[in-house]
Amino acid sequence: MNFQLTKEQEFVRKMVREFAVNEVEPLAAEIDAEHRFPVETVKKMADYGMLGVPFPKEYGGAGSDHIAYAITVEELSRVCASTGVVCSAHTSLCGWPIWNYGTEEQKQKYLVPLSKGETLGAFGLTEPNAGTDAAGQQTKAVDMGDHWLLNGSKVFITNGGFADTFIVMAMTDKSKGTRGGISAFIVEKGFKGFSIGKTEDKMGICASSTTELIFEDCIVPKENLLGEIGDGFKIAMATLDGGRIGIASQALGIAQGAFDVTVEYMKARKQFGKSLSKMQALQFEMAEMKTRIEASRLLIYKAANMKDKHLKYSSAAAMAKLYAAETAMYVTTKCVQFHGGYGYTKDYPVERMMRDAKITEIYEGTSEVQKMVIAGEVFK
Amino acid sequence: MRIIVCAKQVPDTSEVRIDPVKKTIIRDGVPSILNPDDANALEEALKIKDNNPDVTVSVVTMGPPQAKDMLIECLAMGADEGVLISDRAVGGSDTWATSNVLSATIAKMGPFDMIFAGRQAIDGDTAQVGPQIAEKLDLPQVTYVTEFEIAKNLKDIKVKRQLEDGYEEIEIQTPCMLTAIKELNSPRYMSIGGIVDACGADADIKVWNAKDIEVDLTTVGLEASPTNVYRSFTPAPKGKGMMIEADGEKEQAKVLLTNLKAKHVI
Repeated sequence: MNFQLTKEQEFVRKMVREFAVNEVEPLAAEIDAEHRFPVETVKKMADYGMLGVPFPKEYGGAGSDHIAYAITVEELSRVCASTGVVCSAHTSLCGWPIWNYGTEEQKQKYLVPLSKGETLGAFGLTEPNAGTDAAGQQTKAVDMGDHWLLNGSKVFITNGGFADTFIVMAMTDKSKGTRGGISAFIVEKGFKGFSIGKTEDKMGICASSTTELIFEDCIVPKENLLGEIGDGFKIAMATLDGGRIGIASQALGIAQGAFDVTVEYMKARKQFGKSLSKMQALQFEMAEMKTRIEASRLLIYKAANMKDKHLKYSSAAAMAKLYAAETAMYVTTKCVQFHGGYGYTKDYPVERMMRDAKITEIYEGTSEVQKMVIAGEVFK
Repeated sequence: MRIIVCAKQVPDTSEVRIDPVKKTIIRDGVPSILNPDDANALEEALKIKDNNPDVTVSVVTMGPPQAKDMLIECLAMGADEGVLISDRAVGGSDTWATSNVLSATIAKMGPFDMIFAGRQAIDGDTAQVGPQIAEKLDLPQVTYVTEFEIAKNLKDIKVKRQLEDGYEEIEIQTPCMLTAIKELNSPRYMSIGGIVDACGADADIKVWNAKDIEVDLTTVGLEASPTNVYRSFTPAPKGKGMMIEADGEKEQAKVLLTNLKAKHVI
């Protein structure tokens, strides 16, 4: 057992940290306030290989691993959770299923530009009436002989308004139920009958694009079926297992970011004639936070390592996300408290971080879903 | 075309403190970084390579074994090759001895067209090693390069050389030696793909000792160095400046004069 990061992973942290501090942090408050998707930053992330971290070089990726990917999302999210989730949704939810289930043609056509960041990816599973109960899919795909015809809609799709490539789940045979009845499709922006609906106005991650996807007699070429017919639910669940490593890393980054700015604030802020950092009641709280952050990190890296080693990691990823998301809420709430009135204003980043933290307990499986996954493993 | 970049791993001076008793730099726990001006030199070399795929960039450094990390960083930014000279025999070298080591190394590395170095390292601030290398390799040199342009023939170069009170525009041809200042460009970050390659087994990083570069051992190291650090100290901070706020220049001048008179300066 080795708890040391490799040299490669350490350099990835150093590089993404520098990038995040210089290129991402200065924009974080502004894009949050303006609810503006950071197109210019995403382009830079592409140039430096951040949109294909775990994918092999022959498919346009950086050729690193899932721990380096987790570190990338963590470091971006440490200063801006909206920017972090662009990377996470793109990589885990769109690039990965194509890498794992796609044909060679699909990989060349879609994964290569995704990994290089020439295109942006998104994933559509959730529907207005099918959230945690994903089996209630109402989007339908009908085999028309020479193409598929998709009808229905998806909601809460991360990167929706700016993505070029979408992995979309649709019912192909309702009689077969969830397992066997749902199939996965690769849908391009611009396919006839496909449009972007409402953009959500959210509490946090305001610079992330969260939209509805609408399919009205959308024509999808036959060759864009991902995996086999009926594999959709299996693909979606496996994809979300990986996605949870990304979201857990986002939560970890938010917690670490809030913690770091609070340490600096506590050193500078004086009350009752001494710095907040000299007050033991607050010191102990910070010790508690640091411990939870470190525990989250270990759970995440363990899950990422298991994924790289092709071990079964569903439960490990669920534990990582459950714990990291709860830690993000715990830490950011305390950090706002430690900033007092200032923490409640938008002049300090902890206000944004606390709003951003909440989503990590909700998307890619709520904390309750994570418990279902973990308990399912316990009582299988 | 082959460009050689001279680089140094230095303590991050934004985090450096001086031992109040021993008067030496406290290096414990201080992160090491690629010297900032050297990053500008590397960036300019990489820009030439971006536009001319046949160009190769080699980075050379002298330092302890951990300086290899800095070469990994240079390769992850886009350099093709790194050479580290690490040997106790060269430890403690001053600028003269260091340039003996580096010029011997460059001679050993084979043909090249241009050497690009940073103006100076942030730990010593001497700005001597680059020019000394140029002298020892009998190369024309331009220091303090703030703008750089190379013709399509990859031979004719136009540079702007920063002076304290102005600048010079100079035309020079390869082979030559240039030193970069931070105004020259903004160094790129490492790329993640570059990090993977630079940390991989196929990364071209060589670690040489004094024997490998066939340098005259009587001209390198602490003993051979004609200069020695006599004392390091933290200069006493200057008093705080005063910002004069008033409506218009006349008013400001009035406030200034009143203050100067009050302090019996005039």
